[in-house]
Amino acid sequence: MRHLLDFQGWNRPEVESLLDTARVMREVLERPVKKVPALQGFTVATVFFEPSTRTRISFELAARRMSADVVSFAAQTSSLQKGESYKDTLLTLEAMGVDAYVIRADSAGVPHQATRWVKGAVINGGDGRRAHPTQALLDAYTLLEALGTLEGKKVAIVGDILHSRVARSNAELLPLLGAQVFCAGPPSLLPQSLPGVHLTPHLEEALEEADAVMVLRLQKERMEAGLVHLEDYIARYQVTERRLARAKPQAPLLHPGPMNRDVELEGGLADSARSLVNRQVQNGVAVRMAVLYHLLVGREKA
Amino acid sequence: MRFKAELMNQEEMRRALYRIAHEIVEANKGTEGLALVGIHTRGIPLAHRIARFIAEFEGKEVPVGVLDITLYRDDLTEIGYRPQVRETRIPFDLTGKAIVLVDDVLYTGRTARAALDALMDLGRPRRIYLAVLVDRGHRELPIRADFVGKNVPTSRNEVVKVKVVEVDGEDRVELWEREEA
Repeated sequence: MRHLLDFQGWNRPEVESLLDTARVMREVLERPVKKVPALQGFTVATVFFEPSTRTRISFELAARRMSADVVSFAAQTSSLQKGESYKDTLLTLEAMGVDAYVIRADSAGVPHQATRWVKGAVINGGDGRRAHPTQALLDAYTLLEALGTLEGKKVAIVGDILHSRVARSNAELLPLLGAQVFCAGPPSLLPQSLPGVHLTPHLEEALEEADAVMVLRLQKERMEAGLVHLEDYIARYQVTERRLARAKPQAPLLHPGPMNRDVELEGGLADSARSLVNRQVQNGVAVRMAVLYHLLVGREKA
Repeated sequence: MRFKAELMNQEEMRRALYRIAHEIVEANKGTEGLALVGIHTRGIPLAHRIARFIAEFEGKEVPVGVLDITLYRDDLTEIGYRPQVRETRIPFDLTGKAIVLVDDVLYTGRTARAALDALMDLGRPRRIYLAVLVDRGHRELPIRADFVGKNVPTSRNEVVKVKVVEVDGEDRVELWEREEA
């Protein structure tokens, strides 16, 4: 594994080995000194062409906990020059001796292109609606912590499936670990097809006997684009205490954040005992430490 | 690789570990504040055996922890492959304790150096000892063992293999020689 772009071409042992490493990193984060010297001498760049504070901080903290040096690039680029400026930015960073690039972009495929431009490791920090692999890895890790195994488990993903890179990456990763994935949302927010998962406009079908429920953020832009009406969405798709009664008792609740309380999720549920939202944030750092370790160690230095 | 000689058999290993167990208790003047930490992979069963011997003749349980030094290695930027990281589990507070690090072979001293750094990040022990089953020489760092099962002069193209029942199905220490390339 040279890059982390999505889960195409990944097999189960590779994912499990990465999650095993993440388990060790989780323990490092519990120590009095939450830092190990493993990546001393490596340089990690976070290159965010689309703003995201949480993901960037999580990656930067992960790199620092591993003793790597971190540089950070954030910019909005004019649409006219995008192709050129992506490449120029990365080549500039490469000339400064960067070993790994965490790339976030609003258009799909930028991280893939980047692998042709730079010699270092490329980690997809979210590209368009295509993929957000480290989010899926931290979701898988959090689910495994809660459920023990994903083999034969039913996971419901609820919300704007069509525009969600989180849903798409989870749809690739969770079945690889043996889970059955049901994606539910309004017909206007469901893709035509999503390989390996069940798509349904009926929330009840997805929640029925679910072992875990993942709720996605409903973006304001979707409502502005007329794809969905807020009151309609809340009436039919908001995950509520009452609707959750269809799922297995105490089925855990995940959300990639940031949350719109009382839109996609009934307010109190976010703070209930079932909610693993804080755990997801903590596990995110550990999973990203593991990704950096797996991609950087064993690779020729820049 | 070519097999050269058996360095220790099962009985000799048992006696060496039994003696080390006594030496540890003697050096620490009892079991007060004493704890063992085995280094992955074969240091772990050896630490458990020493703890069992101490329990036998002192009637006191000495806690045993497990240490993986992978994230503390000094060659991760250059080795060209990725070593699997493994679990570290120290089920007691290190601070104020007398810790005995246990490993199978002492060679360059780099593993012991990494283990010392790892322990320091986990707490502040009162004192750290090093116990090894075999000291084969060729140190690259100013490190020495406090308790040694057997000193074996070796050449650099030789390999010392410690086998333990828990991992390898038998107790035996072997000397091998690398074929000339």
